[in-house]
Amino acid sequence: MSLFAPSSPHYHGMTPVSIVMLRVVLALIPGAALYSWLFGWGVIFNIGLCIATAYISEALMLALRQRPIAIFLSDNSALVTALLIGLALPPLAPWWLPVLGTAFAMVFAKHIYGGLGFNPFNPAMIGYVVVLVSFPREMTSWAAPLTADHQTLNFTQTLALVFSGALPHGLHIDALTAATPLDTLKTQLHLNHSVDQIMSASPIFGAIGGKGWEWVNLAFLGGGLWLMYKKIISWHVPVATLGSLALIALVFFIIDPKLYASPLFHVASGAAILGAFFIATDPVSGAATLKGRLIFGTGVGLLTYIIRTWGGYPDAVAFAVLLMNMAAPTIDHYTQPRVFGHQE
Amino acid sequence: MMRKLFKFPGGLHPPQHKEESTKQSLRAAILPKRLVLPLHQHIGEAAKPIVTIGERVLKGQMIAKADGYVSAPVHAPTSGIIHAIDIFPIPHPSGLSAPCIVIDSDGLDEWCQRVPQAEYQYTPPSHLRNLIRNAGIVGLGGAGFPTFIKLNPTPGKVIDTLIINGVECEPYITCDDMLMRERADEIISGAQIMRHALHADHVIIAIEDNKPQALEAMKIATRGTDIEVIAVPTKYPQGGEKQLIWVLTGKECPSDGLPFQIGIVVHNVATAAAVHRAINLGEPLISRIVTVTGSATQQPANLEVLLGTPVNELIEQCGWKDNPDRIIVGGPMMGFALHTPSVPVVKTTNCVIAAAQKDVSPPSPVMPCIRCGECAAACPVSLLPQQMYWHARAKEFDKIQDYKLFDCIECGCCAYVCPSNIPLVHYYRFAKTEIWAQEREKEKANLARQRHEARLARIEREKQEREARAAQKKAAAAEGKASAIAAERQAEVQAAIERAKSRRDQQRGKAEQMWQQGGRYNNEKEKQAEIQAALNRAKEKKELQFTAPKNIENLTPAQLQQIEEAEARRRRLAQATPPPTNNE
Repeated sequence: MSLFAPSSPHYHGMTPVSIVMLRVVLALIPGAALYSWLFGWGVIFNIGLCIATAYISEALMLALRQRPIAIFLSDNSALVTALLIGLALPPLAPWWLPVLGTAFAMVFAKHIYGGLGFNPFNPAMIGYVVVLVSFPREMTSWAAPLTADHQTLNFTQTLALVFSGALPHGLHIDALTAATPLDTLKTQLHLNHSVDQIMSASPIFGAIGGKGWEWVNLAFLGGGLWLMYKKIISWHVPVATLGSLALIALVFFIIDPKLYASPLFHVASGAAILGAFFIATDPVSGAATLKGRLIFGTGVGLLTYIIRTWGGYPDAVAFAVLLMNMAAPTIDHYTQPRVFGHQE
Repeated sequence: MMRKLFKFPGGLHPPQHKEESTKQSLRAAILPKRLVLPLHQHIGEAAKPIVTIGERVLKGQMIAKADGYVSAPVHAPTSGIIHAIDIFPIPHPSGLSAPCIVIDSDGLDEWCQRVPQAEYQYTPPSHLRNLIRNAGIVGLGGAGFPTFIKLNPTPGKVIDTLIINGVECEPYITCDDMLMRERADEIISGAQIMRHALHADHVIIAIEDNKPQALEAMKIATRGTDIEVIAVPTKYPQGGEKQLIWVLTGKECPSDGLPFQIGIVVHNVATAAAVHRAINLGEPLISRIVTVTGSATQQPANLEVLLGTPVNELIEQCGWKDNPDRIIVGGPMMGFALHTPSVPVVKTTNCVIAAAQKDVSPPSPVMPCIRCGECAAACPVSLLPQQMYWHARAKEFDKIQDYKLFDCIECGCCAYVCPSNIPLVHYYRFAKTEIWAQEREKEKANLARQRHEARLARIEREKQEREARAAQKKAAAAEGKASAIAAERQAEVQAAIERAKSRRDQQRGKAEQMWQQGGRYNNEKEKQAEIQAALNRAKEKKELQFTAPKNIENLTPAQLQQIEEAEARRRRLAQATPPPTNNE
């Protein structure tokens, strides 16, 4: 009898990469669904375009790199990247914006570096930032939420707008879009209005954050907590990110509440929750040690606040994550745990 | 008494699969027709055969003696004839063959004379250790370290605690569990002997809380003693010596140290039972309990197996069910798959898993590392398996050692949790083997260099010696010549001296002649007169210095005479009275 003699351990309790990624996708679905319900069909189009582009460009790159296409396409990592870009883009963006961003993310941020596991930067954030700095006009035309008394477009109207730029008769793009709450706050603060005045004057603000955004963020929070429960992500990055963001916001809020928004506003607005649970937790481009993850998350939180408050763009999470990606190897190097049996 | 327990980092809770093999009680395995006994069933040097082919041996008779300090003898598990002493396949991860003694059983199972040691309490520890050593007892937990060495602490080291390890954290394995359930008294007896040998203050028996029956049995057996039976929470790899010490005492065994250095010795429960048998019954280690399990067996069970029994015969006694996917010796986490099932059971064989496909993970494609960090979270030693993996892949062996590769206990936790299915432990074994190989190479190169340098030095020395000899010869020759020259020169000098002497003599003779010619002083008056005359002459000379001629040395007496005459004439001319003269 000749036997197969592989190396130990002989059995595994692993959750395969494809399942890990799939769970991340599942955790994003409630937030994405709520987002598209509140902000229109544009969200669905974005996500669809991103997914299609992600798979096509990944297959192309795998073919060029002579890697097994089927195995790598089924690892679901492209799906996660696509979904994150799709959620980050303005819902009424022209079709080529998600295509360009995703293709750049997959080709340059992922496969040029060696594909899954080798990218030093979060591909979704690279894709997003590339289109953000290249096409600022298109990137700042955000659809206004349903709840802000703006008109929303139906499926065919959205389709026409996204693919041909054609608006329904009698409608102007300004009637459809608004700046994001963070952007509005920032612009208005420059005009010497106080936070209170701004938030009560503009219809896009809700109870704590942006109207509509609050609910989307709550759904993302739920998904993130579920990921934590499923042990797909550890608590370190989300807690450190949101904690440090809230803490620094609190400090400035105490100093001058007229100039600085409340910690709750900062946590509930923009991409803070999405970033803390789904973007900064990307293991490939983040810190690997537990202590390192705390530092990484803290960095993301602080940078988010700094960029939001004093930076040029309100899209702070993307920049904060990318900046911390750069620091991740150094953080890992200095946060190695003490090995059992070795004294300090 | 409640003992505070500590938690070690990482660890896992893999599916236990322990129920299957604990349904039946312990039973003896069938006496096999042929037994194969490897000479190397322990850590250290292989034993040396002391029997010859064709010789009849009795059950319990020593057939190979220990070779060196770290070694253990091998005994005949049954009576029979020595069939062969040759190379046979042994249970080894690499499918190696090694020297073995083969016994053909005669079916009589006839014991040699057994000599129990009465009253171990009054026996000196050194004698007990000797008996344990001669009984061939090694650690039965799987490592196979000769037991007597662990009972022989360095003088001056106080052993505070003896831990009897009944944790048995690997899935599937239940041999210790069954032993504790059914032979608790043997374990306690062995533990007491070991405690006596070590002079240990405390004895702790540690059992995972997933073995309630074993815990109960051990608690009953320790009644009336001060031995503690501690239930530790189930977590793999708690049975690791250093992990268990941490859990029970909160003491961290240093990375490069051994437990006795912190006053602790750990022995497996089966080892304790073997010690009991060796001392109280005089029986050497010739059998052990083996768990036979896995979905490819019909009735998984624990059997008391004679060492040397082929694994396939053992599985047959529990009935084959399916075709096994692989046969694993040890547990699924750290055990190794056999290349052939005909290898024998040895002292360290605690479990045989005839694994059907559902027992083991099928080989699935390895995906790239996504740096999820699950491995680091699972590592019981707080290593960074991911970083070690990158360095092992890149063959950066110095860097992987910076990440403390050699602290890896190969428990397999990292590979178990890896979502990318990377065989991490395999990479570490590879790196360790490569480093050892490099070190051996370095040592070899060092030796070669030393030899080479010694050779060069020898050649140089010989050359110098040759040259020295040549130089000596040359010098000797040169010396001969020099002495000849010196002699010649001396002769010349001598001759010169002689010549000078003769010249002097000649001159003296001439002077004397001159004196003689000049006449001799006949009396004092004449002498006085002459002195006076000389004085006068000197005076005159002084007076006439301006006219005194130069260059009057080296003149012949004739010339001097002429000069004298001339002077005299001059004086006569200059003075009226001529001075007195010697000249007549």
